[in-house]
Amino acid sequence: MSMVLVVSEIRNGELKKINHEVYTAARQLADQLNLSVATVLLGTNLESFTDVPSRFGVETLYLVEDPKLEKYSPDAYAAGIAEVIQQTSPAVVLMGASATGKDLMPRVAQKVGATLAQDVIQFRVENGDVLFTRPMFAGKVWADVKLTSRPQMATIRPKAIRPEEKPVEASVEKLSVSIPDPLAVVEEISTSGGGKLDVTEADIIVAGGRGMKGPENWHLIEELADVLGAAIGASRAVVDAGWRPHGEQVGQTGKTVSPTLYIACGISGAIQHLAGMLSSKYIVAINKDPDAPIFKVADYGIVGDVFEVLPRLTEEIKKLKSE
Amino acid sequence: MNVAVCMKQTPDTEAQIKISDDGTSIVQEGIKWIINPYDEFAIEEGLRLTEKHGGEVTLISLGPPSIEKTIREGLAMGAHKAIRIDAPAVPDDPMVTAKALAEVLKEESYDVILFGKQAIDDDHTQMASIVASILNLPAVTVVVELSIENGKGTAVREIEGGHEKVSFNLPVIISAQRGLNEPRYRSLKGIMAAKKKPIEVKSIALDEAQLVIETFSYPPPKKPGRIVGEGPDAVPELVKLLREEAKVI
Repeated sequence: MSMVLVVSEIRNGELKKINHEVYTAARQLADQLNLSVATVLLGTNLESFTDVPSRFGVETLYLVEDPKLEKYSPDAYAAGIAEVIQQTSPAVVLMGASATGKDLMPRVAQKVGATLAQDVIQFRVENGDVLFTRPMFAGKVWADVKLTSRPQMATIRPKAIRPEEKPVEASVEKLSVSIPDPLAVVEEISTSGGGKLDVTEADIIVAGGRGMKGPENWHLIEELADVLGAAIGASRAVVDAGWRPHGEQVGQTGKTVSPTLYIACGISGAIQHLAGMLSSKYIVAINKDPDAPIFKVADYGIVGDVFEVLPRLTEEIKKLKSE
Repeated sequence: MNVAVCMKQTPDTEAQIKISDDGTSIVQEGIKWIINPYDEFAIEEGLRLTEKHGGEVTLISLGPPSIEKTIREGLAMGAHKAIRIDAPAVPDDPMVTAKALAEVLKEESYDVILFGKQAIDDDHTQMASIVASILNLPAVTVVVELSIENGKGTAVREIEGGHEKVSFNLPVIISAQRGLNEPRYRSLKGIMAAKKKPIEVKSIALDEAQLVIETFSYPPPKKPGRIVGEGPDAVPELVKLLREEAKVI
């Protein structure tokens, strides 16, 4: 039986959580296509990761161990994955659309003569083919795309699929794959801002805009983010003004996010910002201008001064959490 | 140092994107066209590299004659010359475009090939990686810091909640992220000079697309916004709704 193959992401010795979402997506597709689910793990000392994928319905684990894979290199990893695809002939290949997935999978697709659908948010099966839905123009429109090349390859946007456990018995197989000498090598990984959560990975985001008046007022955003365990986001205006680092920017020239809760503080809601956060499940807006476009998309809006509303909100949530 | 920058014309970020009545294309009328914003960082980085190390920046773009207006804007920033790969439209399949770009890139020996990290229209985020794979070159994508000396370099790329520092030898492919630099304004002198700079037109046979867009749709509409109240006194009601209705805190 052919299969859906997931490329698992391991970074800094950690099997990333996004894999749970991709295993779940693979399981859903495999059930519709009557296929099995397999995953490939690349790196060194992989034995410690083998119990996780089977919790999400992955039946076969392929391990590719090589000292050349100790550090991430897009070219060396792509060559290894392409060879695994040639050895195992999957019908569908998926990976998370993380920084690594988006960097790596176009190379893999090129090596196996396929085209990749990048950053997919949903999928369905039609006449035995997979139709992948991917946002374009930062989510202003969605496109349903069909891939005529094989295997059908896609990366799945973080937070698009809710992980579901489905424990199965899994077999583990070591594959012998020749890895070329890497051309570009990751020498070191640093976390920014004390290892704070990234907006693309967060369940809750507290974002600030020009209405915050200046970087010195960001402690109000940080305090709310702290009590909620949220990541911090920013509008383009405040990034352009140098108040916040560009890594926090949400919008068409920043990051596209889909958290459960997005709290927009002093953000008017320019179209290019809305494009990046409209797929949030719940949107809260705090803005003193009742005509701000952000209120048109906010599930819950408070018209008011962020400098009065934010401290109160932090305090109320703190109270709630201590109950 | 010989630098190539692959660039694309895209709609302005403020553009409303409309789908054609049959659902299979995007309405082009009324759109204001710009250089893809990430490509501006790539062009700027190319200019800085040649200002430091000497050499020329060549812009490469694929599309119909109408994109030459946007190519000239890149030339107005200071790029030395340009190549337009003639095509009636940019293919939906990024692999097709990447192969055509690789064909043209192969004809010269470039030390550094720059891209924007993604085009803000189709958002594929693939071009730099595919071209690197075809040409068997090292690539670093989503780069916010680049330093090149004596035939090798390091680049810092953005990842979730942090950065990776990557080392490589030239030639290299780099995709630019916001933060890499601050693109310069086009001066009047630059705009005048750009009118005389050469845009060479090349014909490349394009492959058949393997990624086919079946239909476009608008994302499901958000339900109309709702104002909970005014000022800090509305906070308890908001918290109650988040807790009991949305169940998110």
